[in-house]
Amino acid sequence: MATPVIANIVEAEEGTSLWQDAWLRLSRNRLALFGLAVLVLFILIATLTPWIAPYSYTQHNLDLGATPPSAAHWLGTDIFGRDMLTQVMYGGRISLAVGFIATAVALVIGITWGAIAGYAGGRIDAVMMRMVDIIYALPFMIFIVLLMVVFGRNMLLLFLAIGAVEWLTMARIMRSQVQSLRQQEFVEAAISLGLSPATIVRRHLIPNALGPIIVYTTLTIPSVMLLEAFLSFLGLGVQPPQTSWGLLISYGAESMEEYPWLLLYPGIAMTLTLFSLNFLGDGLRDALDVRGAKD
Amino acid sequence: MLTAENLGISFVTRMGTNKAVDGISFTVEAGKITAIIGESGSGKSVACYSLLGLIPQPPGRIDSGRALFQGQDLLQLTEAQLRETRGRDIAMVFQDPMTCLNPYMTVGNQLMEPLRYHKKVSKAQARERALELLEEVGIRDPASTIDNYPHQFSGGMRQRVMIAMALINEPKLLIADEPTTALDVTIQAQILELLAALQKKRNIGILFISHDLAVVADIADTIVVMQEGKIIETGNRDDIFRHAQQPYTQKLLQAIPTGGKSEVLQKSEPLLSIRNLSTWFRQGKTHVKAVDDVSFEIRRGEVLGLVGESGSGKSTIGRSILRLVPITSGEVIFDGTDITALAARELKNMRSRLQIIFQDPFASLNPRMTVFDTLAEPLLLHGLDNRSNVGASVLKLMDDVGLARSFVRKYPHEFSGGQRQRIAIGRALATRPEFVVADEPVSALDVTIQAQILDLMRELGKEYSLTTLFISHDLAVVRKLADRIVVLQKGKIVEQAGTSELFEHPRQPYTRQLLQSIPGRVLRANAT
Repeated sequence: MATPVIANIVEAEEGTSLWQDAWLRLSRNRLALFGLAVLVLFILIATLTPWIAPYSYTQHNLDLGATPPSAAHWLGTDIFGRDMLTQVMYGGRISLAVGFIATAVALVIGITWGAIAGYAGGRIDAVMMRMVDIIYALPFMIFIVLLMVVFGRNMLLLFLAIGAVEWLTMARIMRSQVQSLRQQEFVEAAISLGLSPATIVRRHLIPNALGPIIVYTTLTIPSVMLLEAFLSFLGLGVQPPQTSWGLLISYGAESMEEYPWLLLYPGIAMTLTLFSLNFLGDGLRDALDVRGAKD
Repeated sequence: MLTAENLGISFVTRMGTNKAVDGISFTVEAGKITAIIGESGSGKSVACYSLLGLIPQPPGRIDSGRALFQGQDLLQLTEAQLRETRGRDIAMVFQDPMTCLNPYMTVGNQLMEPLRYHKKVSKAQARERALELLEEVGIRDPASTIDNYPHQFSGGMRQRVMIAMALINEPKLLIADEPTTALDVTIQAQILELLAALQKKRNIGILFISHDLAVVADIADTIVVMQEGKIIETGNRDDIFRHAQQPYTQKLLQAIPTGGKSEVLQKSEPLLSIRNLSTWFRQGKTHVKAVDDVSFEIRRGEVLGLVGESGSGKSTIGRSILRLVPITSGEVIFDGTDITALAARELKNMRSRLQIIFQDPFASLNPRMTVFDTLAEPLLLHGLDNRSNVGASVLKLMDDVGLARSFVRKYPHEFSGGQRQRIAIGRALATRPEFVVADEPVSALDVTIQAQILDLMRELGKEYSLTTLFISHDLAVVRKLADRIVVLQKGKIVEQAGTSELFEHPRQPYTRQLLQSIPGRVLRANAT
């Protein structure tokens, strides 16, 4: 192979990192791309809602009452005469925010906790993982209800409470990943180079353990959103006039027979999001699977 | 007995179609051993697996050819007919005896299974037959071990069980896919002997797949050399070894490590002294004494070969020196400092002076870091360079280990095994260490690559004035590089001597046994 002698690393041809390779494979998976596109669209709408929503979400029109979809109200109105499209858009803001922020909280705690436990091993690992087991064993609903009772209903608290439960599985996945990775020779090589444990975990272990974590994340977001919907349904989550998809579905379910559109549209929005996340998650799992990487 | 003609197999993947086997023809005669030789990826295993219908289709696809066995074309058989043939007329011995036996079944039941499947015999008869065979393949006291589980057998014993299993239906053809590659050298010699003896006694044909010409040299009648899916040379053993026609075959022959290096027994002072080193691993309530009260010295500038079978503790010694495993007792004195007593900060500075090269180049590089990142990391860590001038040092390092500079931004998965090992060597040498532990650095590589890496290590050893602890199970490889050799068995030193002295006048019976087990006796006899 004739290769020009180069004097500067910038001149060298760039290699394909495993991330780029995974992206390449993901981009061939139509279903996953569709999921990704839907998510991006929904996130975009959710971010821009205050500017693009057709009505204000506090705007009542009791004279109007519940009307089916029409030119003025594309998705109809609810029993208070509020525009459903606006409601669904604002609800999406909250639902997506809960999904992503609570998952981010879970990610940060879970990765750090799991990586430390997995790398340290021995007694530290045992203590850290027993704590995880104990929190696992707490009945989740009682935990949330207690939090709500003690601190009052609060959006931030909701994020934290959900995140505080979801990180447990993340930590377990991370720990097992790190445990198997630290047996690998490149970690021993890093030790014999004299790198500190913190650097080894940050530079050598976490990037290599992220694959399964990313896949699990895309599956956690929907479960968190469902959790929020469930809590809102029970009246423990978001409180009016703020709304979320879960809350909208809960109201819609009450008047399902008279005004089906109140249930239908938030339901569609929620389902579409969950499907998209699942498609994306499946696609990512295939794309990041090392076994299929270079055959 | 078996005639394969114009066999062509390809694999269809998302990356395109890959011709694994490209129109090859060969024969296996009754009572003869035909060996297929080739490096990994040459298609030798694929060709043989296809004979038994063991190629998954898709992605595999048989493009052309036929394989006549007793008048039948194996490639045309239905799955049901194949099942009849497999294990009854044609049997197979696989590479890794650790994974090829079902850990939840006793050895006896596994032996009896193929017999009871193919022939209608009673359980008692099957058991009797299994006992006979275990005896024949050299399992001591089969009556008391037949009901043991595979994990109670050693690797060599398991391979014997595998062979017994293959033979239990009296097959006419035995396909052995690298049957000794996963085994220690002394065990390898025993298994090869066993195969040759069984083949004579039973007059069966053996198709022996291997990457190692030296192994084949001792037993094969006919040798088929494969490269990139094609057969490039076929001939009987002596023809191939004496007058190989093809350059590739000659290259393979030259890659077999023979002869030693012209050693200079230096009288320099010791750089590293290991005193009464013990490293024990806890196992339940007892200890496994991986390294048991070992003392030796490595002189400045020399290459010390550390030789032993798996489980002899040789790797543990290397890791103990570098404090990669906690030691139980003893001292490791490096240039006047006891490494085992260093505190974390002192140890970090010391680490730039002692480095290690690992066996598996696929596991020893971080898959998410480019060559640049991998090589720059030690330089930056130990402050030998700063961000602005590290690039030049990295490129210099790549020149030294023989990697093209244009690869600097590539990732490990884009390289071959040999190239990866060069990166790993570069990383170890980045801090200009005085002492390097090379832990089986070539045993995961193909023979021709092995020779290149060994040459590289020899050159770099001089250029960097390295002192090396060269750990290997392969005496032939050690002989090429080492000045002195320490022979290890079960965590204890058996013998240590200068390389040529050890090879010519081994004092201990164990050393003699090791030396006699080196494959390729025929080759060496020819050479002298």
